[in-house]
Amino acid sequence: MEPFVFLGNKSGASWMTFALILCCAVGTCELQEPKPTVPNDFQTVSPTQDDINKPQVFPEKEKTNLPMFTLHYSRIQVPFEFTMWVLLASFAKIGFNIYQKVTIWIPESCLLIGIGLIVGAIMHSVKEEPPAVLSSNVFFLYMLPPIVLDSGYFMPTRPFFENVGTVLWYAVVGTLWNSIGIGLSLFAICQFEVFGVQDINLQENLLFASIISAVDPVAALNVFDDVGVNEQMYIVIFGEGLFNDAVTVVLYSMFAFMTDMPVVESIDVFLGVARFFVVGIGGTLFGFLFGFVAAFTSRFTNKVREIEPLFIFMFSYLSYLVAELFAISSVMAIIVCAITMKYYVEENVSQRSCTTIRHVVKMLATISETLIFFFLGVVTITTEHEWNWAYILFTLLFAFMWRGLGILVLTQIVNPFRTIQLSLRDQFGLAYGGLRGAICFALVFTLPESTNRRNLFVTASIAIIIFTVAVQGISIRPIVECIKIRRTNKDLNTINVEIHTRTMEHVICGIEDLCGQWGHYYWKDKYSRFNQFHPPHKERKVQNKLKRLPVFIFSLRFKKFNDRVLRRILLRDNRAESSIVSLYKRLELQNAIELLDTPMGDISAAPSLVSLQDEKKEASRPKKKFLAADIKKMHNILSKNMYKIRHRTMVSKYNLPEDSRTREILIRRHASIRRSLRAGSFREQPAQSIAKSQKYYSLQPGGNLDSAFALRRQSHAVSELEHLQSSGASPRSSSRSLVPLKRLNTIEEPTAASEHPGGRAGSGSRGRKPPVPAPRRRSSRRAEEEEENNVVSEHPAGGEEQDPPPPQGWVPENRDPRENEAEDPLLRPSSRRPQRSQTP
Amino acid sequence: MGSSSSNLNTIPNSQELMQETGFSAAHLLRLYERFEFLDKDNKGHLRPEDFEAVQELSTNPIGDIIIGSFFSPGQETVDFPSFVRILAHFRPAEKNRTRDGAQPEPANSSTGKLKFAFQLYDRDRDGKISREELLQVLRAMLEMQVTEEQLESMAERAIQEADLDEDDAISFDEFKKSLEKVNIDHKMSIHFMK
Repeated sequence: MEPFVFLGNKSGASWMTFALILCCAVGTCELQEPKPTVPNDFQTVSPTQDDINKPQVFPEKEKTNLPMFTLHYSRIQVPFEFTMWVLLASFAKIGFNIYQKVTIWIPESCLLIGIGLIVGAIMHSVKEEPPAVLSSNVFFLYMLPPIVLDSGYFMPTRPFFENVGTVLWYAVVGTLWNSIGIGLSLFAICQFEVFGVQDINLQENLLFASIISAVDPVAALNVFDDVGVNEQMYIVIFGEGLFNDAVTVVLYSMFAFMTDMPVVESIDVFLGVARFFVVGIGGTLFGFLFGFVAAFTSRFTNKVREIEPLFIFMFSYLSYLVAELFAISSVMAIIVCAITMKYYVEENVSQRSCTTIRHVVKMLATISETLIFFFLGVVTITTEHEWNWAYILFTLLFAFMWRGLGILVLTQIVNPFRTIQLSLRDQFGLAYGGLRGAICFALVFTLPESTNRRNLFVTASIAIIIFTVAVQGISIRPIVECIKIRRTNKDLNTINVEIHTRTMEHVICGIEDLCGQWGHYYWKDKYSRFNQFHPPHKERKVQNKLKRLPVFIFSLRFKKFNDRVLRRILLRDNRAESSIVSLYKRLELQNAIELLDTPMGDISAAPSLVSLQDEKKEASRPKKKFLAADIKKMHNILSKNMYKIRHRTMVSKYNLPEDSRTREILIRRHASIRRSLRAGSFREQPAQSIAKSQKYYSLQPGGNLDSAFALRRQSHAVSELEHLQSSGASPRSSSRSLVPLKRLNTIEEPTAASEHPGGRAGSGSRGRKPPVPAPRRRSSRRAEEEEENNVVSEHPAGGEEQDPPPPQGWVPENRDPRENEAEDPLLRPSSRRPQRSQTP
Repeated sequence: MGSSSSNLNTIPNSQELMQETGFSAAHLLRLYERFEFLDKDNKGHLRPEDFEAVQELSTNPIGDIIIGSFFSPGQETVDFPSFVRILAHFRPAEKNRTRDGAQPEPANSSTGKLKFAFQLYDRDRDGKISREELLQVLRAMLEMQVTEEQLESMAERAIQEADLDEDDAISFDEFKKSLEKVNIDHKMSIHFMK
């Protein structure tokens, strides 16, 4: 029996929790069993009149005395059962997330279906009915919106708009291709008498095909996220999954309408096509409308922070419902609404509300999806099936075939229009990642009962979902990894290769950020190519580029429009820098400071100490021999703990965007500033701020002290500021406003002006982003205060650092041959001027 | 930004730069716009702070090192030609076109790219990556939960792997050899600079 195969694989913990919950659930059910009035259908959503009037009394009595103990189960039945289902599904999720290995190899949806199968089997054995959740209304009004909202809200906007053409191409044309292809092929199959399905006509086949053509790329996304596919590919998969939901729902409703028609005329087909566009574009418009209203509302919520997040949910839901009211694409409406409002809302609302919004969106979506897959398992066991080998196998075959063909053909068409082409490997990933999921399942259950061969359709859909989720979902990771390995040929990398390649990845990522390749710069590049002369052989390319011109102009126009109009209307205060960004930065900095202020938090200082000691014994270090196991461990550490480059961890459907690594990087980088300040300041010479900051990298070979490090210099600027401030009359204790900083900057100007006629370099950016330096300043001042107390205790260490440099060309931190000359802050720049004069 | 009106004529020595770096006019123009954008006060050169203002760079674990690589020793500023020359390392190498022969080693050859990578480690520019230098980069790149001991053994191991002449450091040739399996051109190129 299938469920118990799953049981064998299941971790003990999940089984336990599951059993526990089940006991509760079944227990409550069995309490009801002896009751004569409600035989078997106490799961019905609306309790009968009888139930309400007659409280269930324990034990049964003839006379109605005041009951000692009563149960009002029918009263709480619906919410109670709902809660139990959610809990059960959530416990299952906890269960298999305890053992991460399981979810790496088997997608979560697959496990959920497995658990659902078990529960279904148990329910079936006690003759239980499945919950009534799977009506069309429940799914479309309550379960689908959170999922779509989540995808829309967490859609990485810029890469998405970069690839919007490809995404829509795959989503719209690809879904049409699949539906029509599968539908027609199945219709052809139906003509054969041997298979016994001649009664299914063309419309019904098309309807069924539209149901199973919605792909749900969650499993594929998770795999690609881990394996690390390029961003382009990721967004294509993500967007396709999102928009083909919309397309599928539209197609479904269209075909469902057509199946009811006795005869389909050509005008109906034409109207259907027209309706397709009306529905899609109408949904988009509603989305825009509500998105802007939501953004506009969030402008005024700063006094009612408690309910701030609520607006976001209510407006997106409203957009969904209103779109539903007009029978246009509600999925499109909510996606567009989420994309539209996100940008403005996140700037308007407080940081906390923003976090809340993200978490709640994620939570609702996860639970909806979990429940859907869970119910899928349950329903598989408990519904009536009509198994027709031929039809189901051909469905599987055609679904697979048309998907693969579709991707192949569509990519050939779209590739010439792309700057970055989709490789064959990408195409394979796209095709093989086409798992069927929640939408497919829900749609097939919304088929009206009267549909011809409904049970066959249900069975076939469930079969294709389970097949794709189980077989493709499990095998996609090994296959993708296998392809990747073959491609990059990294059978056994050396430690060197691993380190260096990651370094290079970071460098590329950093340089890309530096060049700002996204956004309108990208289009600007495309655009400026028109202005240049073109060699004749580039003519064709130019023509391709020309096709992008409208998009480019649109994006430029939009940017202008956005800057001039939208931002003014929709944002509370129209600052140049996105407030969320600076706020985030500030918070991160505060975090960093707090972390460092706790006694044990000062981890970052440890490495330098260690390396200091290490330096001493280095001379006598024996050549270490490494065992194979050690090396394997190193590879492990490297692959697990190296910071991933930014793009890859950007979006993940199941997880919130992970910022812990970013946080850690920020903390560390600011920690090192602080460390440098602390270590330097016990010398109590204000003039040595530059020397202090040299500590950031302890590697300071004698000759090139001035070389290269930005942070060092920046912290130099900061500590200079700080020095000025602390020597100034008023040490503003906790004011972290922009004003004192600006004034400080101007105070500082005379010193800096002598070396830079153009004015202080940092002042521009610093003025623009006031919150950033502020906490740093506070931290370092505090550090100095601390230092005053700790002078004695830190002196020994200082003495050590004063030692002559070790021979290895590595100088202990803070060693600067010039640091003793530089006594006066005003003198120092002049002593450095000769060097700068070499600058061309 | 003030870049909307800029064209190739506003860039000093644009022809020479194009010759030298192999960037197309459009790329040069765009890089110039970016340069102007980063250069907030129109100083004509960039300082490390200007780089730091790029949000994403501050969350790059080796952001400092990357920024540092733009500044040659002893200099606190980088002007546009140097900026472009550095970025030229990341241009994908031309496959079939042979260069005019004037420049023996363009920056975007795989040796040029490797040299750039090597210099990221070799902070003191003594032509060798010492254990400490390697450790610095490792420390920045690995999460905090990795202990110093593990870092050291990894650095040790990496040096042992690559160190052919047993001087306890990695020279450029050794570096190159240790990466010979890696497709440098693929790894160290930025597609949009094609």
